[in-house]
Amino acid sequence: MSWTDIGSLDEIPVRGARRVKTRAGCIALFRTDEDEVFATSATCAHRGGPLDEGIVHGRKVTCPLHNWVYSLESGEAQGADEGSIATYPVRIDAGRVLLDLSSLEAHAAA
Amino acid sequence: MKRKLVVIGSGMASGRALEHLLEADPDGWDVTLFNAEPRGNYNRIMLSPVLSGEKSYAEIVTHDDDWYATRGITCRFGEKVVSIDRQAKTVTGENGTVEYDKLMFATGSSPFIIPCPGHDLPGVIAYRDLDDTNAMIEASGKPGGRAVVIGGGLLGLEAAAGLRLRGMEVTVLHLAGHLMERQLDPAAGYLLQKDLESRGITVLTQASTKEITGKDGAEMVRLEDGTELPADLVVMAVGIRPQVQLAKDTGLAVGKGIHVDDQMITSDEDILAVGECIEHQGAIFGLVAPLYDQAKVAAATLLDEEAAFKQRQLSTKLKVTGVDLFSAGDFAEGEGREDIVYRDPARGIYKRLVIEEERLIGAVMYGDTADGNWFFGLIKDGTDISEMRETLIFGPAYQGGGTQADPLAAVAALPDDAEICGCNGVCKGQIVKAIEGGATSLGDVKAQTKASASCGTCTGLVEQVLAATLGDDFKMPEAQPICGCTDLSHEDVRRLIKARELKSQPAVWQELGWTTPNGCHTCRPAVNFYLLADWPLEYKDDPQSRFVNERNHANIQKDGTYSVMPRMWGGMTDANELRAIADAADKYGATVKVTGGQRIDLLGVKKEDLPLIWGDLNAAGMVSGHAYTKGLRTVKTCVGKDWCRFGTQDSTGLGIKLEKRLWGSWTPHKVKLGVSGCPRNCAEATCKDVGIVCVDSGYQIGVGGAAGMDVKEVERLVDVRTEEEAIEWVVAFVQLYREHAKYLDRPYKWLAKVGLDWVQEVLADATERAALMERFDLSQSVYQKDPWAERATPETRRQYEPMADLTLEAAE
Repeated sequence: MSWTDIGSLDEIPVRGARRVKTRAGCIALFRTDEDEVFATSATCAHRGGPLDEGIVHGRKVTCPLHNWVYSLESGEAQGADEGSIATYPVRIDAGRVLLDLSSLEAHAAA
Repeated sequence: MKRKLVVIGSGMASGRALEHLLEADPDGWDVTLFNAEPRGNYNRIMLSPVLSGEKSYAEIVTHDDDWYATRGITCRFGEKVVSIDRQAKTVTGENGTVEYDKLMFATGSSPFIIPCPGHDLPGVIAYRDLDDTNAMIEASGKPGGRAVVIGGGLLGLEAAAGLRLRGMEVTVLHLAGHLMERQLDPAAGYLLQKDLESRGITVLTQASTKEITGKDGAEMVRLEDGTELPADLVVMAVGIRPQVQLAKDTGLAVGKGIHVDDQMITSDEDILAVGECIEHQGAIFGLVAPLYDQAKVAAATLLDEEAAFKQRQLSTKLKVTGVDLFSAGDFAEGEGREDIVYRDPARGIYKRLVIEEERLIGAVMYGDTADGNWFFGLIKDGTDISEMRETLIFGPAYQGGGTQADPLAAVAALPDDAEICGCNGVCKGQIVKAIEGGATSLGDVKAQTKASASCGTCTGLVEQVLAATLGDDFKMPEAQPICGCTDLSHEDVRRLIKARELKSQPAVWQELGWTTPNGCHTCRPAVNFYLLADWPLEYKDDPQSRFVNERNHANIQKDGTYSVMPRMWGGMTDANELRAIADAADKYGATVKVTGGQRIDLLGVKKEDLPLIWGDLNAAGMVSGHAYTKGLRTVKTCVGKDWCRFGTQDSTGLGIKLEKRLWGSWTPHKVKLGVSGCPRNCAEATCKDVGIVCVDSGYQIGVGGAAGMDVKEVERLVDVRTEEEAIEWVVAFVQLYREHAKYLDRPYKWLAKVGLDWVQEVLADATERAALMERFDLSQSVYQKDPWAERATPETRRQYEPMADLTLEAAE
């Protein structure tokens, strides 16, 4: 594990998301109503829509382009749609959002 | 010979430990008891009833002077321990040194004080011991006193309720999104908040305290968002931390608390620790049940008996008279976990069970907690519940066959004089009479009573009256629910938001029994609109409930860039605006397109550039064209009688006036207008949502046109003589549409449901038109603001940029 400080939790709107650019592609950091944080690929598996611009509901996000819904926990598309997005380890420590970069490097290498 | 035991701290844990120890071995110990508070052990968890006046201090004392005396305990109350010498095995207090064979730490915890400016002012207190309680009682003696309680957990709410009972005006500030977030899920937290509010306690969630100000004492609490709350008393109840300083100074292993093993022994084998000061397997403790378990184990260890402390499942109850609340186990959502939820909003009852692998792992109950202990038993025992799953939520009484609630019961229970149709003033009795007279369908009832013949929002109710009266003879048509989160239709939700005065999203989710915590991409934008349309002053628009375009105030394109369209009033522009648009197109690399609504669109702008281009266009005097909203889009005009030889009126001028009046308002779907100066109709007004065609004698106002997926010509709403009347009718029509239409219904779809006749009838009444205009203008006082000007700031730019760019760091 190599936890990297991305910023303060306050920078992510509640029931919203922010984008993080990485060498392995863009990651979306989601903050739920319950102040949980999830990290997934920011790119929809369908037509590449920006998931960080989607509506966050429960532990799910809806892609703004064609309403694909993903579980933020598993990255699996919900309902009739088939596909998945990568998820990444993320945690909150003293109000800071920490992302595990080692898994990112692994994704980049893969 | 008696062994010497020194105990530091006389609280509930050490008190219970001494009871166990001296009961088992009354003559084996010579006990010295230090306590910083100048009194012995009392039942701390009963401080709340003392605060509220329901109990006195004498009633909550557990060990009085007599108790200590008969057991020969040397009490050194009010004396602080100065140091401990582990080599010599002595404890030194302010009044002298005492030897020990065994030493027990029970130093408890201290309240966490938020280190904000002003935290040390007189009048700012914690809620921990009898002295704090007395200070609160004293402060509440002042008539009209105001208290701010920081922290909406167990202790904070008990303090708030107590102070309220003593007559203070109380505001609770809570950092999280709902009260008691560690014990309750959002639904129960919401009900609790409502209950407290009905007792006159103001609750502010997501409230972050910035500072406390005052001259000689606390006078004002200021929040991060600028809110100012006058306060004579500030109670901090944001949490506790184990009191470990003495243990640390003594050289014991200390983490969050004093480290102990399963026998309650610290890193020194002759020193034990119990209670809120300890840390066991990473956990610290604040509730009384585990403290008593620890006390039992500590006593056994001192008696050289075998015992081990095991952490166990806990349940919580809030000690506020009249509030019934119970939570136990783990109730976070998670993969593989399932919920069984029971809601009865009318009676204020909420129950939620969390099930994992056919076992109950968590329970939250509000309003009716009678079965709490039964559920708690199932959690503790890990009982397989697959057999009783169907009726589990109804509790032990229903195991082995329960009854089903009748969904029509509520309607059946309505009295005959209950109004069903507000538009036509039809009561339940009249509908029942029509049914008894032979009406068997919605159409019959409509024809005979006019119920649901107007705006139609009561259709569901009328059908339920039919079903309740006719029984099996009436087949309920399937109402189309908004989405999977609810069984209610859009019409039902709109009606209930108005009727029950629901003014927040949580109010809708809870009172209308949503099955998801906060809706989904289908229902949440709709509910957000209904709330802001019905309660413009009370409800605040939620950007996170809006589609990306409305949230970012620009239209997202398929490559993730945005288009930007400035407003051109009535389609008019000038050379300066065009120059500014040209400059912006160059500067931000935008593609330029002229739109069908007589505007200029700049395509391909990067998200992080949006605040900059807005700033540039603002500087040239232009505002957002709202090409991205469910709101007023454009008013298309022809040049009218100023230029055109056929023009009959100033169509451009009227278009500009309408656009200036209507821009910025949110509507159920987009609204496009057109104003043509003569029947040749160059502005194509007759296929707009509202289209005006000017004639010699005045203005023909048509509504419900469309030129999208459906193509429809407008229907004539009214002919008026003056420009002023034209504006009045258009504004009133738009407001009626805002108040009644289903989200995402364009006006033509709404008109097909309610009928043009009804709209004409409503708007024909001049008083009604004036009232509609007044409500529209009230909403505009909140929403007619240029979103570009509000967002052309470095702050927004920062938000529109990626939160972090790791591409550089990763390359290192």
